[in-house]
Amino acid sequence: MASYAPAAGSGAAGSVWRRAVNARPWLAGYALLSPILVLMLIMMVAPIAALILMSFWTQSGFEIDTGFTLANYWKLIAPSEATTYWMGVPFPFENPVYAILLAKSLVIALVCTVFVLLLAYPMAYYLAFRVTRRKMLWLILITIPFWTSYLLRVFSWKITLGFNGAINTGLKSLGLIDEPLEFLLYNPIAVEITLVHAWVAFAILPIYVSLEKIDRSLLEAATDLGDGPWMRFWRVTLPLSAPGTISAALLVFIPTVGDYVTPTLVGGPSGTMVGNAIQSLFGKQNDLPLGAALSIVMMLVVTLLVCLFLWLIGFRRMRAKTG
Amino acid sequence: MHRTPIPFGLYAILFLIFLYGPILLMPIFSFNDSIFATFPLKGFTLRHYENMVKEVRLLEALRNSLTVGVTVAVISTALGLLGAMAATRYRLPGRGPVFGSIMLPLVVPSIIFGVAILVILRRIFNIELSLLTVGAGHVLLAVPFAMLVLISRLEGFEKSLEEASADLGERPWMTFWRVTFPLALPGIVSSLLLCFTISFDEFVLAFFLSGTDQTLPIFLFSQLRFPQRLPATLALGSSILFVSTIIVVFSEILRRRGLAPGRPSEL
Repeated sequence: MASYAPAAGSGAAGSVWRRAVNARPWLAGYALLSPILVLMLIMMVAPIAALILMSFWTQSGFEIDTGFTLANYWKLIAPSEATTYWMGVPFPFENPVYAILLAKSLVIALVCTVFVLLLAYPMAYYLAFRVTRRKMLWLILITIPFWTSYLLRVFSWKITLGFNGAINTGLKSLGLIDEPLEFLLYNPIAVEITLVHAWVAFAILPIYVSLEKIDRSLLEAATDLGDGPWMRFWRVTLPLSAPGTISAALLVFIPTVGDYVTPTLVGGPSGTMVGNAIQSLFGKQNDLPLGAALSIVMMLVVTLLVCLFLWLIGFRRMRAKTG
Repeated sequence: MHRTPIPFGLYAILFLIFLYGPILLMPIFSFNDSIFATFPLKGFTLRHYENMVKEVRLLEALRNSLTVGVTVAVISTALGLLGAMAATRYRLPGRGPVFGSIMLPLVVPSIIFGVAILVILRRIFNIELSLLTVGAGHVLLAVPFAMLVLISRLEGFEKSLEEASADLGERPWMTFWRVTFPLALPGIVSSLLLCFTISFDEFVLAFFLSGTDQTLPIFLFSQLRFPQRLPATLALGSSILFVSTIIVVFSEILRRRGLAPGRPSEL
């Protein structure tokens, strides 16, 4: 095995290090990894710890009271006699806005994930099984939009869907409509379209990789044993590509729950999500501890849902089977 | 292979139209001789671009973004290279959880990191926000990408080349410079370009972590509120899009070249 063990300076320390590395080669591996681990510690672990700590404090005016309290979490779930309804579901909370925004964000992210998979899967399938020439060109064409500014992609939907946007003025100049369609922008549907567009290119890649890995002889075997194309897809291709598809789903779902650029730019009042509430608590409303508590509740809920989902579908077994 | 009834080629073309259609409207309207982003088009003009480059605050923001982007690219790629060497050349105990946590920024919503880093900087250590804090945040986001690119590059060539060098008596450091580094170079350049784009286009962390010095996306966002600035914003957006695209295409070509077709990289 090649070794990158740093040639430590001469002297006692150097020889101690060399002996330790000879006994445990992985020490050198961790030595290489240490700058990243330090970065993670400073920029991820410590800040998240601080956020958790902050969620147990309270804000009074511009000062922060550092006495330990669960008041922020209570504020998020405190029950109330008066029940607020959202989409027919009762939210019997004193401050129902946070629970409702969280539920709404989860629903929006879920719908977005479903549409992204429905659109991305055929494209990944096409790339993996149909495209034979210029595969790299296709892959690059698919990848470019993901790497270009998220902000700009959202902005481009704003000018597409707006009251005086491309669709409305385009249809008008074609004589198809007289008045601009007002339902295009500033609602949850605009948020969904923008989110699906933002993520669909990204979701193709993990699905494509898992399709590409499928042993082609398995497909031939299925055909030889009498499966038609649909049966073969259902019984061989789809199960074998499930790990990549599920990874894609999670890579879309989790960040989407916390998105706030899209709802800010194209959501309007009816399209706000929990990310807007967090941003506002850290900004205008200036209640950092409550914002911290809301952020943590959001992460906990998402983590729990994801774990539950993976457990329900038996993800471990699936991965073990398909390699 | 069977012929399937679904015309996949048609679907692929519609898909590309959906993917690129709205994005391409921006450059189209940016050359349109009108202050609105509306059809029908009025005529070709470059004046929106002329107005754009006259904007002093925009040029400042551009300079800030370039500085942060280049610094982030270099640091993230250096860290990513070390991490990729650790990942590909050593059997590390606790590998799963460690690499899992390094990849977390790929999944966790940026707003969480934005507020968390904001809290620790401002409320616990009382550090002023600046381009430095933006850069530090961007390094956190870029390192996982750098590592993924470089891991697939380092896995792509034989370890035996390094072993041969070591067997022939090269010291580890010289093996790195004379074997590993040149072989990894396309991956390194690709990672530099990718990390630069990530930082250059990043909005959410910059929104929470920047002080008085704006980065380009922050400036752009501040302009979106003013309808009268729309043409200049369109011109700016198109320029950013153009530069990012060139960088990404170049980076992708470098990254995918030399990878065996049967072994597509993970990203």
